[in-house]
Amino acid sequence: MSAATVHGIIARYESADALLSAARQARQRGYRRMDAFSPMPVHGLSEALDAEDFRLPWLVFLCGVAGAALGYGLQYFVSVVDYPLNIGGRPFHSWPSFIPVTFETTVLLAAFGAVFGMFAMNGLPRPHHPVFGAPGFDRASSDGFFLCVEATDPKFDREEVKRFFADTGAVDVAEVDE
Amino acid sequence: MSHSSHASQPTHGADRELLIGAHDYGTVTDRIAGVVLNQRGHPLPWFAVFALAFLLLNGMMLTITYLLYRGVGIWGINQPAGWGFDIINFVWWIGIGHAGTLISAILLLMRQQWRTSINRFAEAMTLFAVACAGLYPLLHTGRPWVAYWLFPYPNVMGMWPQFRSPLIWDVFAVSTYMTVSALFWFVGLVPDLATLRDRARNKVARILFGIGALGWRGSARHWSRYEAAYLMLAGLSTPLVLSVHSIVSFDFAVSVLPGWHTTVFPPYFVAGAIYAGFAMVLTLAIPIRAWYGLKDFITDKHLDWMAKIMLATGLIVVYGYVMEMFFGWYSGNPYEGYLIKNRMTGPYAPLFWGLLICNGVVPQVLWSPRWRASVPVLFAVSLVVSVGMWLERFIIIPVSLHRDFLPSSWGMYVPTLWDWGMFIGTLGLFFFLMFLFIRFLPMISIFEMRDLVLRLRGHRSESREPIAKSTEVEPV
Repeated sequence: MSAATVHGIIARYESADALLSAARQARQRGYRRMDAFSPMPVHGLSEALDAEDFRLPWLVFLCGVAGAALGYGLQYFVSVVDYPLNIGGRPFHSWPSFIPVTFETTVLLAAFGAVFGMFAMNGLPRPHHPVFGAPGFDRASSDGFFLCVEATDPKFDREEVKRFFADTGAVDVAEVDE
Repeated sequence: MSHSSHASQPTHGADRELLIGAHDYGTVTDRIAGVVLNQRGHPLPWFAVFALAFLLLNGMMLTITYLLYRGVGIWGINQPAGWGFDIINFVWWIGIGHAGTLISAILLLMRQQWRTSINRFAEAMTLFAVACAGLYPLLHTGRPWVAYWLFPYPNVMGMWPQFRSPLIWDVFAVSTYMTVSALFWFVGLVPDLATLRDRARNKVARILFGIGALGWRGSARHWSRYEAAYLMLAGLSTPLVLSVHSIVSFDFAVSVLPGWHTTVFPPYFVAGAIYAGFAMVLTLAIPIRAWYGLKDFITDKHLDWMAKIMLATGLIVVYGYVMEMFFGWYSGNPYEGYLIKNRMTGPYAPLFWGLLICNGVVPQVLWSPRWRASVPVLFAVSLVVSVGMWLERFIIIPVSLHRDFLPSSWGMYVPTLWDWGMFIGTLGLFFFLMFLFIRFLPMISIFEMRDLVLRLRGHRSESREPIAKSTEVEPV
């Protein structure tokens, strides 16, 4: 098997702490193209992998602003421009009455941004991924903590990665096919 | 547990009571996923409740069929009481839904760890309660097949909704609430569906859970965005839930009718909603945790805290009643004064006094830690509170309407058999959906329970050695 057909080398650790410390050491060793897999969020892990992403909150904010503008704009257009109705002599642009709907559309679009933005940035839905083929990977959704160094990493060397994993206390180490 | 950890944050004594028994990641996963994956393990009460709910649901289908055939005239509503069971039950169900959002969103923002084992279940309750609620205004329109006219869309009639009306605010509030609650619930489910996908032996189940899991693989990058999204959804849902019942209360408060036109309505409706919702969470959680042996996860501590929240919100609701009476007198308005007198001594007076007993008197037993610790007492109080909150909506709606300003327009509101059929039918729909949910989806958030294991105990490996040493694992 040549390096091109290998997705990477994956190791399983016994605990969140072991995974976290291995991820930090891997980073110090100079590995860059890595990913970690855990059955629940492990705090500090994405920092350790230098994989933090702060775009999502901005997206949610922009979606919220768009929701507010659309909601208010719709009501303004309907009540002032397209279908003005005299309701008890109130001004056509009776803005306090427009606040509740504006609030709801703000929340709605911001929530869409949070959910669909999160899935899109995560590249989901994606039914298959090479790591699913790793032996025992089904434990990543119950009690297994995995670290994978990918073959595309500039410093990737099969034997050296395996040695590194063994040194950091990995329980199982395996190659992942592409 | 005996060996305490230095990981995570220092845990309070009470927090330790949130998870009982020797549990690690594997056992919490097995236990909760097992309820879904072992389809032979469902207890007899599941079938009994499900069958009854299904029967009532069919009763509702018959009611709706006849309603569509004859129109809303089969209900007890008429002048002067144009709003009856349809609006009472709408408000009642929406209120019940609010506890789910409170637990899933507000308690998350407040870092209350005890939300973990009840949030999934309470969110499902929210969805199903809002579904029941939504049926009422839909059918009350009389022509539900053109209910989309409620939404603003360009149409050949050249008409638009009237945005100065609280009724259109309600359309936006309830539909946004339903949508955001469904998204929140689904986002929470994705990692658990991945767990079920990986553990299911049955091929069809594996494919179905696999579709729902969207290919979730627990990547650290994914978790990091996931947590950010989850927290932002909680931040969005918190003002949303407060807005929904405030807007529902505007349906009344913005009118000029005595009994409706009060400024205390928004906070008093929100408190009442949470009160009713916690009563329903307890009503469901108490039997279900017993049937499925989940007392390790939904512990007596959880029940105790829910009872305390019920007591606190109940007191706010009683304050609302007192303020209504006070302003009836203080306003000096003869119609307002008469309304209060009519509530207390009029034809519906027994319901009013029943309301005070159910919502004001009975829940006071929850002051006593000994009574709170008694599961049968909690269950009984929850049922009484549900009845009380239903009576509250009856008192607010038809009792305010039936004595119009002119005595010549006075009337009575009496619900018909079809009103009752619809109400009992939505109870059937609610329990039908709820029991399908506990059978086919994880009723407790599995990944959050694993997180709880990590936080409460630090990590223990399979061999149960205490390992935790890192101080850098931070709480959410």
